[in-house]
Amino acid sequence: MTKILRNDLQIISSMIKQNEKVLDVGCGNGNLIEFLSKNKNVDCKGVEIELSNMNICLKKGLSVVQGDANYDLNDFSDNSFSTVILSQTIQATIFPERVIKNLIRIGKRAIISFPNFGYWRIRKDFFFNGRMPKNDILPFEWFNTPNIHLCSVDDFVKFCKKLKITINYQILLNKDGKKVFFNKFMGNLLSYQAIFCVSKK
Amino acid sequence: MKKNKFINKIHISQPLVLDSGKMLKFYDIAFETFGKLNKKKTNAILVCHALTGDQFCTGKNPITKKKAWWNTLIGPGKVIDTNNFFVICSNVLGGCMGTTGPESINPNTKKPFGLDFPVITINDMVKVQNKLVESLGIEKLFSVIGGSMGGMQALEWASSFGNKIHSVIPIATSYRHSAQNIAFHEIGRQAIMADINWHKGDYYKKKTNPKRGLAVARMIAHITYLSESALQRKFGRNLQNSELFSFEFGTEFQIESYLKHQGISFVERFDANSYLYITKAMDYFDLSLKGGGLTKAFMSKDLTFCFLTFSSDWLFPTSESKTIIKFLNPSNTKVSFAEILTDKGHDAFLLDEPNFHTTLRSFINGQINKLKL
Repeated sequence: MTKILRNDLQIISSMIKQNEKVLDVGCGNGNLIEFLSKNKNVDCKGVEIELSNMNICLKKGLSVVQGDANYDLNDFSDNSFSTVILSQTIQATIFPERVIKNLIRIGKRAIISFPNFGYWRIRKDFFFNGRMPKNDILPFEWFNTPNIHLCSVDDFVKFCKKLKITINYQILLNKDGKKVFFNKFMGNLLSYQAIFCVSKK
Repeated sequence: MKKNKFINKIHISQPLVLDSGKMLKFYDIAFETFGKLNKKKTNAILVCHALTGDQFCTGKNPITKKKAWWNTLIGPGKVIDTNNFFVICSNVLGGCMGTTGPESINPNTKKPFGLDFPVITINDMVKVQNKLVESLGIEKLFSVIGGSMGGMQALEWASSFGNKIHSVIPIATSYRHSAQNIAFHEIGRQAIMADINWHKGDYYKKKTNPKRGLAVARMIAHITYLSESALQRKFGRNLQNSELFSFEFGTEFQIESYLKHQGISFVERFDANSYLYITKAMDYFDLSLKGGGLTKAFMSKDLTFCFLTFSSDWLFPTSESKTIIKFLNPSNTKVSFAEILTDKGHDAFLLDEPNFHTTLRSFINGQINKLKL
């Protein structure tokens, strides 16, 4: 395996133990679950909405069901996975609250990664240019973006508090995908992406 | 129709106890194979045909002289590549293409069975296929694939003989026949039985044949295989021969002509009693009735499923497959599922539908790599 995983996926994969049972919601081309099943003997399933991505997953011999995180997670039973992953997808869901509640219902824990909308460059773009911010992981224009529910690290923490979701730990990444360690205020300002490990109370 | 010279069959002399409790003392299985079985016998795919299909699943059907029903999918270089795979396809029990059915000779009376043929189930059909697979010396099938009633058989295989198959590909199918499906079948059966030439199923010696009834049954069924938008797109309100209404009851709209053609060409190749028996078998199908319900229906952990559905299929809608998947999710079986966007309705599984073929090819290739075939 020389294929390099996206930065956040590399960190997520390091959070998964041997022989776990993992569901990857919005698994895309299946890179993460392929890596996990080959290298960590993890029993993986994926959910993916795009048929073209589905086909790539099927070619890799992965088990993937076509589905929409907003509507189709009800079909999975309680605690049927040890970890449920939602990477770079929550900001594109119609019902983030429903989706996250389902993630922690299906899995003993959920790992959720998202772009931090509180990142200073995003604030700067909006403040000085008065235009909708764009960057590597948010490349779309305002009129064609699938990302309709963007949030900052701080927003997400408050959201978990409100829904009484336990935050086991959080990992903040800089623009190069390296782990960074900041206090609450600086983290919200300086981290480019965040990875949260959450579970039900 | 002189079809016997084209039919290969094996004779099974052990009795077959059916789900109804009745028994067939012996029976024939008509089948075709395509491609070569490898030395380890690991490359066999069992193809299960739908209600009106037969064992001629690729190439040219030697009896109808038309292209075989899954010629788009199976063959050298095709999605199911007969250069790699050994494809087995048999005529179902109760059928009329060589496997024992209502037009076969009843050993007790030396006359065709007619309605003395015992009522059969999908499970009975699968038991017969299993006999065939055993007789070919194959311990584990690479895959069982089928659409519609063929998909029911594939699911029954997964349930009854899960340890004898690696993967299952149920297409445009369900774990049970719905009330609406049963209703359409019953209209078809009533049309056959209302035909004066049916003679309570005993028409074989009378040189008559309930062609009208069977044609009507086929016409009704054919509507259920298509979507409203496909009918509109293909035929619209177009008239067949004229631009003006004739103010008569002849065949006038193109859709009428099309259905009539479907009916007429069907009766040439299909036995009306077989139609009664096979539709009944489909109506009885319900895997949730097995002990333990759908959760327990598929116990084998090694199974890999690939469910495929079509968005405009209202006969076997996507929701039916999703229900099975919901029950499979907690198990350790490997499940994949995709819905193909198309307006071609249930029939899409028989058509050259590029997205369907690409997805199926992806799954099959993935499994080839996995099994290092």
